[in-house]
Amino acid sequence: MLSPESLARIDKEVAKYPPEHKQSAVMSALRIAQMELGWLSRGAIEYVANYLDMPAIAAYEVATFYNMYDLAPVGRHKVTLCTNLPCQLQGADKIAEHLQARLGIGFGETTADGRYTLKEGECMGACGHGPLCLHNNHKMHTQLTTESVDKLLDEMK
Amino acid sequence: MSLNVANHKVCSWTQDYDQPASLATYTAHGGYEALRKILAEKTPAEDIIAQVKTSALRGRGGAGFPTGLKWSFMPRGYAGVKYVVCNSDEGEPGTFKDRDILLYNPHQLIEGMLIAGYTLGAAAGYNYIHGEIFELYESWQGALEEARRAGFLGKNILGSGWDFDLFAHHGYGAYICGEETALLESIEGKKGQPRFKPPFPASFGLYGKPTTINNTETLASIPWIMRFGGQAFLELGKPNNGGSKLFSVSGHVNKPGNYEVPLGTPFAELLEMAGGVRAGHSLKAVIPGGSSAPVLPAEVMMACTLDFDSIAKAGSMLGSGAVIVMDDSVCMVKALERLSYFYFEESCGQCTPCREGTGWLYRIVHRIEHGQGRPEDLDELLRIGRNIGGNTICALGEAAVGPVASFVKHFRQEFEYHIEHKKCLVGA
Repeated sequence: MLSPESLARIDKEVAKYPPEHKQSAVMSALRIAQMELGWLSRGAIEYVANYLDMPAIAAYEVATFYNMYDLAPVGRHKVTLCTNLPCQLQGADKIAEHLQARLGIGFGETTADGRYTLKEGECMGACGHGPLCLHNNHKMHTQLTTESVDKLLDEMK
Repeated sequence: MSLNVANHKVCSWTQDYDQPASLATYTAHGGYEALRKILAEKTPAEDIIAQVKTSALRGRGGAGFPTGLKWSFMPRGYAGVKYVVCNSDEGEPGTFKDRDILLYNPHQLIEGMLIAGYTLGAAAGYNYIHGEIFELYESWQGALEEARRAGFLGKNILGSGWDFDLFAHHGYGAYICGEETALLESIEGKKGQPRFKPPFPASFGLYGKPTTINNTETLASIPWIMRFGGQAFLELGKPNNGGSKLFSVSGHVNKPGNYEVPLGTPFAELLEMAGGVRAGHSLKAVIPGGSSAPVLPAEVMMACTLDFDSIAKAGSMLGSGAVIVMDDSVCMVKALERLSYFYFEESCGQCTPCREGTGWLYRIVHRIEHGQGRPEDLDELLRIGRNIGGNTICALGEAAVGPVASFVKHFRQEFEYHIEHKKCLVGA
């Protein structure tokens, strides 16, 4: 199910932990699987669990507990906007309105063409640089303005 | 200014250089010297712990527990494997200081973790990094590689015969993992639900082994203390509140950002460093230590100095040093609604009072904000809060109650106005 490259990356994570604790790599392994597959189906979660010699239910618990794992298909570009208090004070509400109006979708939704998914996020630990968002979980964009958001969206093909 | 005794910037000094994060910058200004000296002289662990105790370094993650005392809890004669864990799971709204240490001064954290590992007899260390700052998980691993190539990590470190290694582990979206036992569960590859204590991590930690967990800024302060002495660190701050501290200032200031100042600095000075409140507005309220800390009205906060004791006396907590500034344009009901939603969303679901109670708190504040509040709601909020506090495994439930109780206490008339008039007092 996963490419040799993804499996090699998972092996690198497994090596960080004592050999009898391969399960410690499950968070990384699920992330790596999600990066390759786009989202985590039950099959993908079971595959990761088998690869790490852990019960499928234990991997499923992890995938459902942490909110950056996607358990349903998402758009090619997932934009997660922090709307927590410090970002709100610094203008996140305006960015949230703008994003929803421009894309014609609400939080938790995907555009019909499958290009964008919009999510509301909790504190990302960069409050002084807010409003801010994550692009596909890993790239943070800070000090957002309606203009900079428009530019960002245009660049997400 | 470099890493030296006259510089109060303990953790943020590298930002004065072009390549703040590089090993070359760090070593050119005395970086890794403390570790070198400890390994060369085989400094006894108890001497190091004594220095940390003298420094009055208190945990920078929020609880403010004395670091030297925490280190002394680790069993000495234990023959098996022990661990050191760094908590970089920074997700408390308002807090963004550890991010800057990872970004601009990764090697001081590595050196701090090495010294902790040596002192505590650990075999390895893990740094748990907030999932949302994934870019820093990758860059910190780059810094580890740099350190490994230079002989600071791995087997026979600097020819001393001592073996120790460090690894990064990332979160993936769960505030609760900042709680130390939830964090350990998460490293073990499980959902992050806090453990019942005791046993404490010093006896039963990661994989059931003795483990010490410290915050990023705490560990990054250790090299400074070992280089210049615990007494010098203590003297940077004030008694019982040693050292400098990074304060993350966000909200309605002109220059949000991190500012490292000696503990005991007047709040008014920090506010000025952050550019003051926006033009045309006045200060209304401040949350001085991250979203879990009780809010303080402007006049109370303006009389505070920034140290654990002064803020506690004023009825709040220094916490992680996350200062959320609100000016007179803020509706306190709306602000509390967002914070209450956060705790509801992030409760791990393990303890009924927190799982259910945070939902009740949010829904009641939500209906007040949306013009459907009832006269009895304010007392109901406080009653629910009393039923959460003390009835849960970890502090998240109490953290949810802190904002609710303090917002209602200090700004009750705004809530009452919302309930009575079904609209906001601010701007009315």
